[in-house]
Amino acid sequence: MSNDTTPGRQATAAPDASDSLSADAPLAIELRGISKAFGPVQANKDISIRVRRGTIHGIIGENGAGKSTLMSILYGFYKADAGEILIGGKPTQIPDSQAAIRAGIGMVFQHFKLVQNFTVLENVILGAEDGALLRPSLAKARKELLHLAREYELNVDPDEVIENLSVGHQQRVEILKALYRQADILILDEPTGVLTPAEADHLFRILANLRREGKTIILITHKLREVMEITDTVSVMRRGEMTATVRTADTNPQALAELMVGRKVLLRVDKKPARPGRTVVEVEDLHVRDRFGVERLKGVSLQVRAGEILSIAGVAGNGQSELLEVLGGIRDATGRIVLNGRELPLVGRPADARSRREAGIAHVSEDRQHTGLIMDFAAWENIAFGYHHDPAYQRNALLMDNAAILREAQAKMERFDVRPPDAKLAAKNFSGGNQQKIVLAREIERNPDLLLVGQPTRGVDIGAIEFIHQQIVALRDAGKAILLVSVELDEIMSLSDRIAVMFDGRIMGERLPDQTDERELGLLMAGVTGKPDGEAA
Amino acid sequence: MERMPHWADVVLVPLLNLLIAFFLSGLVMWAIGENPFEAIRIMVTGALGSTYGWGYTLYYATNFMLTGLGFAVASHAGLFNIGGEGQATMGGLGVALMCLFIPWPNWWLAIVGASVGAALLGAAWAAIPAWLQARRGSHIVITTIMFNFIASALLNYLLVNVLRPEGSMDPSTANFPAATTLPSLHQMLGVFGIPFARHTPANVTLLLAVAACVLVWLLIWHTRLGYEIRAFGKSEPAAHYAGIRPVRITMYAMLISGALGGMMAVNSTMGESGRLIMNASEGAGFIGIAVALMGRNHPFGVFLAALLFGFLYQGGGELALWANVPRELVIVIQALVILFTGALDNVVRMPLEKLFLRRRKGRA
Repeated sequence: MSNDTTPGRQATAAPDASDSLSADAPLAIELRGISKAFGPVQANKDISIRVRRGTIHGIIGENGAGKSTLMSILYGFYKADAGEILIGGKPTQIPDSQAAIRAGIGMVFQHFKLVQNFTVLENVILGAEDGALLRPSLAKARKELLHLAREYELNVDPDEVIENLSVGHQQRVEILKALYRQADILILDEPTGVLTPAEADHLFRILANLRREGKTIILITHKLREVMEITDTVSVMRRGEMTATVRTADTNPQALAELMVGRKVLLRVDKKPARPGRTVVEVEDLHVRDRFGVERLKGVSLQVRAGEILSIAGVAGNGQSELLEVLGGIRDATGRIVLNGRELPLVGRPADARSRREAGIAHVSEDRQHTGLIMDFAAWENIAFGYHHDPAYQRNALLMDNAAILREAQAKMERFDVRPPDAKLAAKNFSGGNQQKIVLAREIERNPDLLLVGQPTRGVDIGAIEFIHQQIVALRDAGKAILLVSVELDEIMSLSDRIAVMFDGRIMGERLPDQTDERELGLLMAGVTGKPDGEAA
Repeated sequence: MERMPHWADVVLVPLLNLLIAFFLSGLVMWAIGENPFEAIRIMVTGALGSTYGWGYTLYYATNFMLTGLGFAVASHAGLFNIGGEGQATMGGLGVALMCLFIPWPNWWLAIVGASVGAALLGAAWAAIPAWLQARRGSHIVITTIMFNFIASALLNYLLVNVLRPEGSMDPSTANFPAATTLPSLHQMLGVFGIPFARHTPANVTLLLAVAACVLVWLLIWHTRLGYEIRAFGKSEPAAHYAGIRPVRITMYAMLISGALGGMMAVNSTMGESGRLIMNASEGAGFIGIAVALMGRNHPFGVFLAALLFGFLYQGGGELALWANVPRELVIVIQALVILFTGALDNVVRMPLEKLFLRRRKGRA
C-alpha cells in the first residue's frame, strides 16, 4: 500500500468503501491478486478490485501505471501471470477477446476500431454476423440499434458511413457495438480525450443511463474532474500497484493527484503575470485548403507578443493543427505571416520547415511519435532532427560530427531531466513524458523567438507535465513568444496569458483566462458565439 | 524495451535461417536419392576448396555486393527498388559504350571511365521510376519491375540491331580493346607472390565493391544526406516536419541505388566477358535484394551475405557439374536460402524473441 500519510489512511478505508456502496448489489467483476510482468517490468502487482453491478468505477493513474495492462488482461489481450478474475461471482478464464465478449465484457478503446468506409450498421455487426448472408443480421441490428438509441440516448444514423461522423458519434458506435454484443460490463479507455465538453457531457449522460439499467462501467482516465463528476468509486494505480480504492464522495482531486504521483503536485502552473513586449509574430487572414480542396483555415488572424503565451483552444480537427503546420513550414497557405517585422514566404521551398527554423520558429509538433521524433533513431540523433544542417554538427564539408551531436544531446538531456539519461537509447524506448522532454529540449534550447507547441502534455504523466509547463513558462519569462495548441482545457486555462478559441477554421473569439470559464470556452469551441462581445470572425 | 539483444538480431537470426534452409535442402537431396553430406562436401570444396573455386565465388560475390548495396541504399529511404536487374543491364550498356568508343590508354583509367558510364546509366534508369514515385505517386515496386523488362528488351534491340559487329551472328558487342582488360585476382596477388588460379573471373572490381561497402557505410551513417535518407525512410511525416524534402531524398536515394546496381556491370561485362552480351546481369539484381535483406541493409552485412551467395552460386554450379543433381535443383536450394533469409525472416525471429523475453523474465 501507499507510504504517504494522507493517502494511506484513505487506502486502508478501501474495502469498506466499495462494500458500503449499494451493498445489496452483487459484484459484477472481482479481480484477485492479478500480477503481470513484461520482462523486468512489473506492470501489475497483486491487483485486487471489486466492482458492484450498476456502478461506475474509475481507474486513474499516470501513464505506465498499469491501467491499460490491467484492462488488457480483463479483455483477454494478455494473460495474467497470477491471480484470478471473477465475473458475476464465477471464476472466469479470459484467454482472448472472444471469451471476454462471451463473459459480457465490452471495451471502448481510446483509438476507435471502426472500418472507416463501412456504415454504422455494418460496423456494429462486423464479427457478430449471424450467418454468411448479411441481410438478416443487418435487419436485426437495425431494430436493436433503434431500441438502444431510445433507451440510452445513443442516437446515430445507422446508415451513415463512419468517416462522415463526428468523433463523438463514432464513440457512440463503439458503445453500440459493445451493447449489441450483450455487454453488461463496459470498459472505456480515456473516452473524453477527443470530445468537446458538450460531447463529454452527453457521454456522461449515456453512461448514467447505462448505470441506471444495471450496466457496470469501468472508466479509465487521467482527468480527475471526470472521475469526481461521474464515478461512484475510484481506484488509483501507481507503478503497477493499486494504491487506493475510495468512494468518490469521500475524496477530492488534490488527494487523488497525490495518490497517483506519490507526492504533492501543483495542479495549476505557478507563474508570474506576463509582461508582453513587442509583437513577434503577426498572422493575417490565413487560408489553407487540404488536398481534397476543403478549406481548413478560413481567414485566421492573430498576433503573439514577446513574453506571452497565446493558447488556441478547440476540439481537435478545427484547424489548430493546420495553423501550427503553416507556421512551422509543413503546409502551404495564403495570407500573411510577419515574423519580427519581416514577411515570411508561405508557399514552396522558401516556406519549408528548415527555413522556418532558420527564421527563429521552433516547433514542438502535436504528434511526437509520428512527426516530432524518429522513433527508431537514438535520442542523440533526434536531438539534431530538423537542425541537422547546423554547422556545429558538421565535421567537414562531407561528414557529420556525430560525436559533437552526442555530446550536445547528453548535455541537453541532462538539463531537461530526461530519464534514463542515455543518449544512445532509441527514442521508442523512452516513456511518453521523456520523449516529449527530448523534443522540448531540442526546440527550447535553440532559444527560438517563437515557439509553437502542440499538445505538449498528451500522453505525459502528471509529474512530467509539471516540468514541461515550467519549461514553457520559463521560455515565456525569457521574453519569447509562445503559441500553444491544446485540447486540454485545464492546460489552456492554467498556462495561457490569452486564449483564442478555434472552430471550423476560424477564431471564434479571444478571452483572458481569468475572465472566462470552461463553460464559455466550451460554447465557443462548439461554434456558439452567445456573448455580444465575442469577436466572431 | 528491446525484445532481444542486438547480436541475436544480426547474427543468430540469419544463421538459424540459413541452417533451416540448408536442412530443407538436405531433405530435398535425400528425397531424390543423393547423399546430402556428399553434396555439401562438393559445394564447399568446389567453392572454397581451391583458389580456382574462390576465383568464382569472389566474382559472384562482387556482383551481389554491388547490387545488394544498391538495394540497401534505397531501402534506407523506405524505397523497395526491385529494379536492380534493369539498372545493372543499363550499367552494362554504359560500360560497353565507354569501353568501345573511348580509346583508353590503360586499364585503370578505363575502369574509372567504365564505372562512371555504368553508374550514370544505372542511375538514369532508376531516375525515371524515382521521379514517377516522388512526383506522381506511382508505386516504385511496380515501375521498377516494368523497367527491368524495358531494359532487357532495349538491350536486346541494341545488341541485335545496333551494337553487333557486322557479319557476326552473335547478339553481342565486339570485344573490348585490350587496354580495357582488368587485372585478374591472379595477376594482382601475383604481385605479392601469392599463388592464385589463373583462369577465374575474379578481378580488381572486387576492391571497387569493397570500397563501395565502406563508402555506403559512410554515406548512410556519417553524412547529412544519409541522415536525411534514414529519417525519410523511417517516417515520411517526420521528415517533412524536419524540413527534409521528400522529392529530393527519393531522387538521391534512387540515383545512388541505381548507380551502385549499374556498377555491377563493371565486374561482369568489363572484368569477365570483355564484351557486352545478352542477359549479362545474370539475375544479380534480384539476388542483391536477398543479399541486402539478409545483411540487414548494413554494408558489412551485405558484404558477408554477398560472400555467402557467391559460395552458393559457385558451389551450386559445381554440384550440378559433379553430382547427379539437376541444375534446377541447385536453383531450388538457392531459392530456399533466399526464402528463409529474406522473406520468411519472422519464422525464426518471432519464436526467438519470445524465448529471449521468457529468459529475461526468468532472471528478473
